[in-house]
Formats: sequence, structure tokens, C-alpha cells
Amino acid sequence: MDFLFYMGDVFTPINFGLLLLGTIGGLILGATPGLSPTMTVALMIPFTFKLEPQQGLILLGAAYTSTVAGGAVSAILLKIPGAPANIATTLDGHTMAQKGQGAKALQVSFIASAIGGLFGVFLLIFLTPVLANWALAFGPSELFWLAILGVTVIGTLDSSSVVKGLLAGCIGLWLATIGFDDIMGAQRFIFHPAVSGGINVIPALIGLFAIPQVITMFAKGRKGTDAEIITVKRHPIGAAFREVLGRKRALSIGTAIGAIIGLIPGVGGQIAGLVAYDQSKKISPESEKFGTGHPEGVIAAESANNAMVGPSLVPLLTLSIPGSPTAAVLLGGLLIHGIFPGPTLFTQYPQVVWPFINSMLIGQILMCVFGLLIAGWAANVARVPPAVMAAVVLGLAVFGSYSVQHSMGDVYVMMALGLAMFFLERFGFSAAPLVLGLILGPIAEANFMQGSMIANATVGKLAYFFTGWLNWLLIAIVVSSIGYSIWMELRQRRTPQEEGATT
Amino acid sequence: MSDLPRTQHIAASGLIAAIGISVAYISFTQEPAGAFVFPRLISSVFAVLAIWTFAKAVLGRTKVGAGISGSEMRNLLPGLMIALIYAFWAAKELGFYTATTIAFFILLTLYDPAPHGQAQTWIKRVLITAGFMAVMYGLFAGLLNVFTPREFFS
Repeated sequence: MDFLFYMGDVFTPINFGLLLLGTIGGLILGATPGLSPTMTVALMIPFTFKLEPQQGLILLGAAYTSTVAGGAVSAILLKIPGAPANIATTLDGHTMAQKGQGAKALQVSFIASAIGGLFGVFLLIFLTPVLANWALAFGPSELFWLAILGVTVIGTLDSSSVVKGLLAGCIGLWLATIGFDDIMGAQRFIFHPAVSGGINVIPALIGLFAIPQVITMFAKGRKGTDAEIITVKRHPIGAAFREVLGRKRALSIGTAIGAIIGLIPGVGGQIAGLVAYDQSKKISPESEKFGTGHPEGVIAAESANNAMVGPSLVPLLTLSIPGSPTAAVLLGGLLIHGIFPGPTLFTQYPQVVWPFINSMLIGQILMCVFGLLIAGWAANVARVPPAVMAAVVLGLAVFGSYSVQHSMGDVYVMMALGLAMFFLERFGFSAAPLVLGLILGPIAEANFMQGSMIANATVGKLAYFFTGWLNWLLIAIVVSSIGYSIWMELRQRRTPQEEGATT
Repeated sequence: MSDLPRTQHIAASGLIAAIGISVAYISFTQEPAGAFVFPRLISSVFAVLAIWTFAKAVLGRTKVGAGISGSEMRNLLPGLMIALIYAFWAAKELGFYTATTIAFFILLTLYDPAPHGQAQTWIKRVLITAGFMAVMYGLFAGLLNVFTPREFFS
């Protein structure tokens, strides 16, 4: 019950103020189509430099939680998901809004999000220390395989093409080797002075997530937001609570599926929401109502995508392996404060990690309260023309990258990586595995080199890296995730061909 | 992939394959070899996957990625040019606040759907730019104490 000991830290004036700021700001930014939680958190990292690590993480955690929930606002009122995690919410949420039940849909969505989110954070609280103790048994070979696992799982499960996902992961791993070698001090791949010190993670994250979005907005040309915002009529909050709590099946399915999916590295909120929606539909006796504005659809999707948030941080905090792109960005936020997550995090920095986790718990409640209060108003941010949004994000990206080390080199790296990522995305590559490769590269290399030295002095490399049940378990997960993704890809390709043959 | 821009895929994957092969070549030829053990491992996989992707593109078997259409390219080019000039030249040479003000206003003018002929539109654009710059100055100069390159007009 360590978390209770640090609960008071969340309520200091500065920490609570930052929690409020992150929650309200996250709700508004989450409601803005095109601003994903990952990009929002990446753009917020520079603002945490002057803060204490505890304060910075509270701000980032609150922003992460509420941007996921805030995405439901534009999903319901505009039929534009604020984030990929809210895709399933549009299916019934927007139909409810069209029927004049916009306020009810928003209230149901925020209440379900908070319940799912609370469950997810409790899972994080109780699971993380147990896993952290277990992770103490990990040696260099296991940590090496774990880093490779992080890249391959995201590379295969988060990408539309297995080969391109793995290739993006490799590009990220290669980018991580640029700069000076830690052991011999040799220069590696320094083709421009801007990268002589290696690629700094924060400008890279900003570039990889924000710049492609800016260029995508440019690509749309002189367009305004043509989506019609549905106005919301008043709806009693008590009735919304009764609605959510009365639909226990959808709520429990959404929460359980979201929490389980969150624990699996690489499987994001988008999948959690869609799987929960699909399973609720299959099990519900009112399955025919799904898609016609049924509250169960909103409850299942929203409870799932917020239940995923807490568990997605478990691999990050215990093994320093980010389970999702947003967790990778949070890792960047930890690293700039000199905190390296892993099994010893809870013993070395309990004053940082417990208030952070506790703030996510309180943040879920605040998110629900403020979501209910400002949801209707927050939808208006979707009226902001993409031109303004693109220019704002570009300005923030340049300033944010520069502020990391007061270096123009970081701005160049940010812009170059962002530009390259825009084109890579257009050819089927995904930013997530590249980011994971960039972040996990140093972990993989350090443990590979350390393991190689131990192996050379003892049993030899092959025996060291390929013996022991834990090594084999990790290798098996790597191989099966690749195999499963290839099988899924082949099956998806075969299905349209078979459909074409029958027609 | 009849509807996919095959030429674009060939060019893009060809470029990635060239980078992959170069990285592998450098990894296996540079000294000290001890510093390149991990890059050798990574670059071998990188090169194989990149060549695989290139071969698929050449054979027309690329399944994902819609490429970039001509109209999208025409739309994005002016904004992209402004963004690149801003980040790679103007921010340093003119100073961050001056360059950001100019870039922000130009981008707004280029992509704002409001008609250019109305005075109201221009007043709105100036006000949005001024508001944004005030927030940026407050945040970065006031709150974060970020010292940016000397301003052109200072």
C-alpha cells in the first residue's frame, strides 16, 4: 500500500495545479482532430524542463489520460475521432448525437472512461511492484531480448505491413547508434555536425509525431473544417451514471479487454476500443441496436480505451520497455529528468513514481468531472482551421526542440526526421516502431555488449544469449508475434481475393 | 497494385534500400570493429528488409501506402518550403521570434480558407499571429527562460 503513503503529494498546490492544467488542457487538445495523445505529450515535454521530475510527470500523465478521453468529444459531436483510440466511439456516439442525445453520449463516455481508467490505474498500482521485483532477475541477455521484443512487437502488431514495421524498427535502432560509441569512443555514422552527439530523443519524438501531422494539414490545402458540430441539449448527470452502471456487461467487457490489451506491448487503444465494441456487440442481447446509437457501444469503447492507459505503462515502469508510442514519449520525459525506469525505480525514486501513478488515479476523476463540464464547449476547438493548427504545431515543434539543449542542431534533426517520417508514412511505414527502435536501441546495445563480454569470459555468445527459460520465452514471443502478424496479413489479403472470386 | 503509385514506391523503397546497404557497408568496413558490433547486427537485418521491400515494389506487390497524389503535392509544397526555410535558415538568421512571426503569418495566409479580399480576414490573421506570438514569448522567454538566437530587429 505504498501508493497511499504518497497520496498527499498529489494535493500540494503546485502538483494539483499541474494536474488540473494537464487534465483540462488534455481534454481540449484531445478534442482537436489531428492532435493525437502521443503528439500532445511529445509537444508538452519541453514545458516540463523547469519542473521537478514529479511535477513534470504529473503534467504529462494527466495530459495522456485526458487526451484519450477528450478524443471522444469530436468523435461524438463531429464523427471525427480525436485520436485513433476513439474510432469505435464514433459508431454509436455520433448516432446518439444525431438523435439529439449528444449530451447523454458525452456524459456516458466520460463516466465509462473514468471507470475503465480507474480500473486500469489500480492494475498499474498493484501489478507494477510485483513485476518490478520479478524483473530484478533479468540479466543483460534477457534485457537485450526484451528490448528486441519491444521493437518487434510494435513493429509487427502496430503496422499494416510486417516487413515495413520491422524495417521501421531497424531504422530506429540504426538512428540510435549514431554518435559516439559508449565503450570505445569511436565516431559512428556522423554525417552532419548536428548529429555528432547522437540523436536526442525529445526533438526526434517531436519531429516524428508532430511534423508529419503538420505536412498532412498542408496537403489538404485551403480547407476549413466542414464538419457540422452538433449542439448538445442538457441531460441529467444522475441519469447518465445510472445508464452506465446499469449496463454492467458492456462496462466490464470494455474495462477487462482494455486492461488486458494495455498490458500487451504494441497493441494500442484503437484496437482496445474496437475489440471491446465488437465483443460487447457479440455478447449483448441487444446486439441489433449496436450502430444505431446504442449507449452500450459508447460504454464498451470508451471504458476500453481508458482502461488501457494504466496497464500500458506497466512494461515501461518495470522493465523500461515502453508498451506504446505514448509510453515511449513518457520514457523520454523520464530520461530528461535523469530517471531511468526499471526494476529499481520503486526503490530509488518512490517519491517520483508513486505521486505520478496516484496523479493518474485522481486525474481519472478530474477528467470525468471536467469532461462533463466542458465537453460541449471543447468541441468548438474543432472549428479551429487546420491552417492555424499547422502553424501553431510547427512553431511549438521548433521552439520545443530548440529548448532541449539550446541547439539549432536539434531543430534540424527534428525537421529532417519529421519530413522523412511524413514520406515514410505515405509508403506504409509507421512512426511507432521507429520511435521504439530509437529509444530501445541504446538499451539493446548496452546489454548486448555487456552480455557479449560476460559470454566471452564464460560460456560463449551463442550459449549465453540462447539458453535459460527466460531467454527462450522472450525469443518465442518475438518469433510468435512476427509469425502471428504474417499469418494475419496473409489472411487479410486472401479474404478480399476470395470475396472477389465469389462475386 | 494497379491503383497504387508504383513508381513512387520503387523510388521510396530504392532510397531506403540504398541507405540500408550504405549503413551495412559502413558498419562492416569502419574501424575500430569493436565499436560496430551492434550496428553490424542491426544493419544486416536493415539491409535485408530494405532490399526485400524494394524487390516487392519493383515487382508491383506493395500492398500498403497510398503514396502522394499530384494535388496533395501541389497543396503541401508551398507550406513545406516555408517550414523548411523557417527551420533550417530563418530561425537562426532572423531570430526565433521574428522568423516564427513571419512563418506563422505566411502559413496562415497560404492555407486559411477565408477570402483574401476582405479586410476583416487580414485583421483576423494579424490578431491570431500576434496572440500566438505573445503566448510563445510568455511560455518560452518568460516561463522556460529559453535563450534563442539574437533577433534580427534587436
